[in-house]
Amino acid sequence: MKLLLKIWRQKNASNKGQMVDYPIDGIEEDMSFLEMLDVLNEGLINKGEEPVVFDHDCREGICGMCSLQINGEPHGPDRKVTTCQLHMRMFKDGDTITIEPFRANAFPVVKDLMVDRSAFDRIQHAGGYISVNTSGNTIDANATPINKGDADNAFNAAACIGCGACVAACKNASAMLFTSAKVSQYALLPQGQVEAAERVQAMVAQMDSEGFGNCTNTGACEIECPKGISLENIARMNREYLSASIKG
Amino acid sequence: MALDSKIPKGPLADKWTNHKNKINLVNPANKRNIDIIIVGTGLAGGSAAASLAELGYNVKTFCYQDSPRRAHSIAAQGGINAAKNYQGDGDSNYRLFYDTVKGGDYRSREANVYRLAEVSGNIIDQCVAQGVPFAREYGGLLDNRSFGGVLVSRTFYAKGQTGQQLLLGAYSAMNRQINRGKIQAFNRHEMLDLVKVNGKARGIIARNLVTGEIERHSAHAVVLATGGYGNVFYLSTNAMGSNVMAAWRAHRRGAHFANPCYTQIHPTCIPVSGDHQSKLTLMSESLRNDGRIWVPKKKEDAIAIREGKLKPTQLAEEDRDYYLERRYPAFGNLVPRDVASRAAKERCDAGFGVNKTGEAVYLDFAAAIQRYGKEKALTSGIENPSAEKILELGEAIIEAKYGNLFQMYEKIVDENPYKTPMMIYPAVHYTMGGLWVDYNLQTTIPGCYAAGEANFSDHGANRLGASALMQGLADGYFVLPYTIGDYLSDDIRTGKISTETPEFDEAEKHVKDRIQKLMSAKGEHSVDYYHKRLGKIMWNKCGMSRNAKGLQEAIDEISALRKDFWENVNIPGDSAGMNTELEKAGRVADFLELGELFAKDALNRNESCGGHFREESVEQSGEQKGEALRDDENFKYVSAWEYKGEPKDAELHKEELTYENIELKTRSYK
Repeated sequence: MKLLLKIWRQKNASNKGQMVDYPIDGIEEDMSFLEMLDVLNEGLINKGEEPVVFDHDCREGICGMCSLQINGEPHGPDRKVTTCQLHMRMFKDGDTITIEPFRANAFPVVKDLMVDRSAFDRIQHAGGYISVNTSGNTIDANATPINKGDADNAFNAAACIGCGACVAACKNASAMLFTSAKVSQYALLPQGQVEAAERVQAMVAQMDSEGFGNCTNTGACEIECPKGISLENIARMNREYLSASIKG
Repeated sequence: MALDSKIPKGPLADKWTNHKNKINLVNPANKRNIDIIIVGTGLAGGSAAASLAELGYNVKTFCYQDSPRRAHSIAAQGGINAAKNYQGDGDSNYRLFYDTVKGGDYRSREANVYRLAEVSGNIIDQCVAQGVPFAREYGGLLDNRSFGGVLVSRTFYAKGQTGQQLLLGAYSAMNRQINRGKIQAFNRHEMLDLVKVNGKARGIIARNLVTGEIERHSAHAVVLATGGYGNVFYLSTNAMGSNVMAAWRAHRRGAHFANPCYTQIHPTCIPVSGDHQSKLTLMSESLRNDGRIWVPKKKEDAIAIREGKLKPTQLAEEDRDYYLERRYPAFGNLVPRDVASRAAKERCDAGFGVNKTGEAVYLDFAAAIQRYGKEKALTSGIENPSAEKILELGEAIIEAKYGNLFQMYEKIVDENPYKTPMMIYPAVHYTMGGLWVDYNLQTTIPGCYAAGEANFSDHGANRLGASALMQGLADGYFVLPYTIGDYLSDDIRTGKISTETPEFDEAEKHVKDRIQKLMSAKGEHSVDYYHKRLGKIMWNKCGMSRNAKGLQEAIDEISALRKDFWENVNIPGDSAGMNTELEKAGRVADFLELGELFAKDALNRNESCGGHFREESVEQSGEQKGEALRDDENFKYVSAWEYKGEPKDAELHKEELTYENIELKTRSYK
């Protein structure tokens, strides 16, 4: 396959960036999208140029490190996959592909296609945990039966990989889907009840202070989420927040 | 220096309790004056960081990823073992201990493994308390599944994402301590050297990967929880960034490296499709419960399949060779990982492999689909179901069990595994070797600890499925918090460790000189060029089957490649600011040293045990003819290598292994 890549290049956070054209040839459809970028980078290095920087690590869709806005969509045109699992067979010979970093005020560009998502970590610091010591001297794991439906729903919310596609997909760059997934995981489990009110308030406050926008109710986040995190989580977080506010 | 494993005296089952009762403690007020550095934030590092911070120590964590949550523990699929005996199927601490020692082919330490089994139940309690959403049954209690090499159901799981859920649990415990100010997390940072003061580990030199700055960090103790070194093979199931640098830098500063040749090659991975391949993807071991592994019986059929002239589904039953069922009738498709991998290689080397490359075998679910379909038709009361109906019902059951794996396979290979057999091939997955540690998880450098996959202690020569997660969390939550306190009880009057000392000056200069040397080569080849070449040498000569001639060649070739690398590697850009090629170069430079020591260790160990198979050491006769032959008389020891300059000059220290509670036997799966 022969392709024209239009890639965002930016030296560092304080520099201005720009789109640069890179024609590329010899791409096979069995390659993953990131392996296609590996080929591009190998060529750039051999010419003495700096390779295009992008985040990636596990390359099996679970670490949440890879990102990329491909032809305007987070993680590209395929559904329920991360960029590392996107394959070139989704594209045609002769295609032009635009590759940009995830765009959001709360995700400043570090270099080229790499962004800083530490705002997500800070939201978790604010309350994304259950305050239990790691002594191992807790109650037996089977002492509290948990309804299978609740446990499964908690798992589905906990499957979030924290990649930030929801933010990149949202025209308001809202982090509601991400934050609500963590709130929901704990809200659905008995272990999470004790601190539920403080948790949702602290996490939402941190989310707001990071500069993420409000929810648009458009649902683009759910469609672009590689793990299929449901919008129901946002509704659940709103309920949790409301009831926490009333309790004061 | 003689190796002292510091195994406590007394009966096996009492060792850990007695040890905990006797070790020194640090009072809470003094803990506030003590700093601990933890490198790596996977299951071992993350759980250690949270636990130590909770006790009151000041913890600094370091990871190269942008968040602690992204460490490669996150990719573990299958589950975590624990001797809870919730199923009432006869499980016990002793049985988990026994299975692990046997599975490791009698090359692990009894006392360490027993402790692992002993704390395993608490891990599950702890994780549930933290809100880890394990799979549950309809009654609301925890569900278990069964894994290879054992006869009980002791594996706890969260769909195919157990590692992710456990790591997010540890990360949440870290977040609580970060919020309290007890953990400072240095993300996008890489440890480039260990700093020793008066023989003790007192800090590290790290590079801020965003700004390129070289930083000094001091502490009273340093924990390395930096994972395994499978990426020395270039292609593996490890993450792209997984590397040996922290462990290797500690090795160069005096920490012995144990059993580097013990590598787990996992039998069920998606095969390599071409030269561009950057990484291999695992298909969970659980698939071998229902999949049958085969290759064509006739060579001409294999050739026709490779050339695309014949489809596997067209091959009649009698033309298929279910070679695991043929060779190992008792265990069949569920033999341990090392045995299954070697058998696949044997068939492919003999010319029966499929895929364009000839390096793949089939994992076929057709029989399981039929079996489940018929059963479902029967239980649903469908009389005389049509062939299509059986297929439909059977596929639905397979989808419920393995749907996410089948989907992943289809995305990567672009073939529907419900309709045509999966193709699989072995791939490097886990390294049992690592930094030598004593019972307290301390390396041969006082104050420097190693936890999780980075140490060598619990899995012997082969790790059982679902045991890596157990070990990582056991080390971090339940072992280090005690043993580090014992060591640090001497440090309550030490005060803050200064970074303005000759030792830090020397280490920083060493790091800067090395970066300078890498940057100034300005040769003609990229870092990946060298990494791929190293991987080829490792795979061909230190892979699933090893012999003295090949290993000697590997030593020479890696040594020559390393020399070439330092003269001719090409790293564009500069070292100020982010430079991903420089990061890779530092890691590959260390792999080029480790690879040579790996081959040397494999050459020294002239026996076959677990994942280490020497062609010179096979059974010559009898029922086991051709199978791996362990040599307990000459090799019942841990190889701990001391750094002496070039890897080929490393000095071997032996830790004899003693088995007082288990009788040594030949593993048989016939």
